[in-house]
Amino acid sequence: MNAKELLDEYLGSGHGCCPGCAMPIVMRTAFHALGENTIAVITAGCFGTISGTFPTSPIKLATYNTPFASVGAAASGVRAALDMKGDTKTAVLGVAGDGGTFDIGIQALSAAAERNEDFIYLCYDNEAYMNTGIQRSSATPWGAWTTTTPPSNLKSQPKKDIVEIMVAHRIAYVATASIAYPEDFTRKLKKAKETRGFKFIYAFSPCPVGWRFSSELTIRLARLAVQTKIFPLYEVENGERYILNEEPEGIPVSEYLKPQGRFSFLREGDMERIQENVDREWKRLMSRMERRTL
Amino acid sequence: MKKLMTGNSAVSHGVMLSRVEVISAYPITPQTTIVEELSEICADGRMKAKFIRVESEHSAMACVAAASATGARVFTATSSHGLAYMHEMLHWASGTRLPVVMVNANRTLGSPWNIWCEQGDSLAQRDTGWLQLYCQSAQEALDTVIQAFRIAEEILLPVMVLVDGFFLSHTAEPVDVPDQDMVDRFLPPFRPRYKLTTEDPHTFNIMADPSLFISFRHEAQKAMEGSKKVVRRVDGEYKSLFGRGYGLFEKFRCNDAEVILLTMGTAASTAREVIEAYRQRGKKVGLCRLRMFRPFPAEELIKFLNGRKKVAVLDRDNSLGAGGIVAQELKAALYPAARKPKVFEFIAGLGGQDITPETIQGIIEITLNNSAPAGVPIWMGVQK
Repeated sequence: MNAKELLDEYLGSGHGCCPGCAMPIVMRTAFHALGENTIAVITAGCFGTISGTFPTSPIKLATYNTPFASVGAAASGVRAALDMKGDTKTAVLGVAGDGGTFDIGIQALSAAAERNEDFIYLCYDNEAYMNTGIQRSSATPWGAWTTTTPPSNLKSQPKKDIVEIMVAHRIAYVATASIAYPEDFTRKLKKAKETRGFKFIYAFSPCPVGWRFSSELTIRLARLAVQTKIFPLYEVENGERYILNEEPEGIPVSEYLKPQGRFSFLREGDMERIQENVDREWKRLMSRMERRTL
Repeated sequence: MKKLMTGNSAVSHGVMLSRVEVISAYPITPQTTIVEELSEICADGRMKAKFIRVESEHSAMACVAAASATGARVFTATSSHGLAYMHEMLHWASGTRLPVVMVNANRTLGSPWNIWCEQGDSLAQRDTGWLQLYCQSAQEALDTVIQAFRIAEEILLPVMVLVDGFFLSHTAEPVDVPDQDMVDRFLPPFRPRYKLTTEDPHTFNIMADPSLFISFRHEAQKAMEGSKKVVRRVDGEYKSLFGRGYGLFEKFRCNDAEVILLTMGTAASTAREVIEAYRQRGKKVGLCRLRMFRPFPAEELIKFLNGRKKVAVLDRDNSLGAGGIVAQELKAALYPAARKPKVFEFIAGLGGQDITPETIQGIIEITLNNSAPAGVPIWMGVQK
């Protein structure tokens, strides 16, 4: 990355994200990696709702906002119209949060992946419906507090494994990404842009308001999620070739959980239970790994 | 060239002749044969278009709306539950001012399940910002699809073309299929002023705050009001090129008629025979087939009904707790009229029940033999 490249910004100031929000860093990195020949299709959720108010917009790319359940379908429509005009150089980027991806939008997402539509789908996962005020989603982890999983009834189901769901579609490219590893993030988006067919980029997006942590800890928590093996950085090509991008130090999960108020209602033994689950998932992931890129 | 084809096939030919670029649809009875035939037309190269086989109607409308915003001429088709499933996206397409054209084969909404004709599915979408044109024949369906693109692309509002399920969608009739070069003269390529492009990047559909939103809506309202003039002009141009025009509503035997039967869709064909029989017996009755429901041609209907004694409205739909939707609209339109007819309201043909000559005869008899309407809609064909 050279200094001149840093000037190619496509997300300006003026968005309404909360202080310390990871999502604008996700979006800025993605836009920067893809460049000006990109049309973004966005939806309801934090990014769709607070990315500008008419007549101003902080987004310097051509952007189409579509209702909540429809990013997969709308991005397919944009791609089809471009293809009909013979425009194959413009990249189409669909963007949704965990609500728009794991839950209300999963039908259109799965269908677009099954049709192998040629666009990049970027999910920023802040692990709950944050834009409406911290309600649980199927991306909310076990044991977490949200406004709909109060202390007396914490989330008692594990997080949905969206990566494996997308891998099961046998699409060209699936990758996890973290703002704590910007070079890796950028490389993955560029790789997605060069790959034909459906691409799914899954970005971890810490939320200080919803996770109840101090806003200067955003990047640190994003890194801890990788280093505790909670959010492994890896890629899957054509639904079968798994590549690990970062060998975690294997820091105990408690280091990641403790700064977050949403986990402050865990009972005795719960941290150990989470640790066991993370270790089990890690083992399962490693059994699929073809090679480790260090 | 005249060909024997069903209403649905006529729609597919209209779409092909309109050189649509992106089609996206999900099958539902009785619309399915439209998209089946379009799939074949796209696959064998008769039409150069992308056909996206989505997993739901909500996605079909999301897909064509986004393709339209990217500058493509788009089409989709649906029915009943599919249309209801699109509801959110119907608002979105009109709010974004996209010239999407859709055919809806009118079908009853369950429960209980029913696949047959009723117009309540599209009438329930009357507030979504789409123009609605109801057809009576396969020929009219083909012609209206071609006209719909001209209208939509001029006023920047989506247009819904309605064909009665089975009665029109699956009934074969001789249809005059226009030459492609003539249609090309009538319908030039779609060149929108604004579109999604990296050459001139714009953001579509971001938040409009309370001080601005009402102005967006008002612009759309003005476009909707202005569309009546456009529908008439486009229909006139079409008539001069192809010899067929339909207007906002069609009149039959209305010149000196004191009693008018008003309805939409295929029931009008049956009604024509019945009206003619009454005329033979010297009764001053006439038929008005409403073709354009949205925008509602209130002024034109006030003028047309001025001085008539009675109007019998035959609704193939019902809004529970209110009555027939066409009758409600007509009564609201007539309220400011100085010399308005008495409005007799009838509900018939729900769930695909046949509207026979006897049904229509019954409606006319009640209207002729009563000096004032019953006060509530009269339901025809309910089992005792």
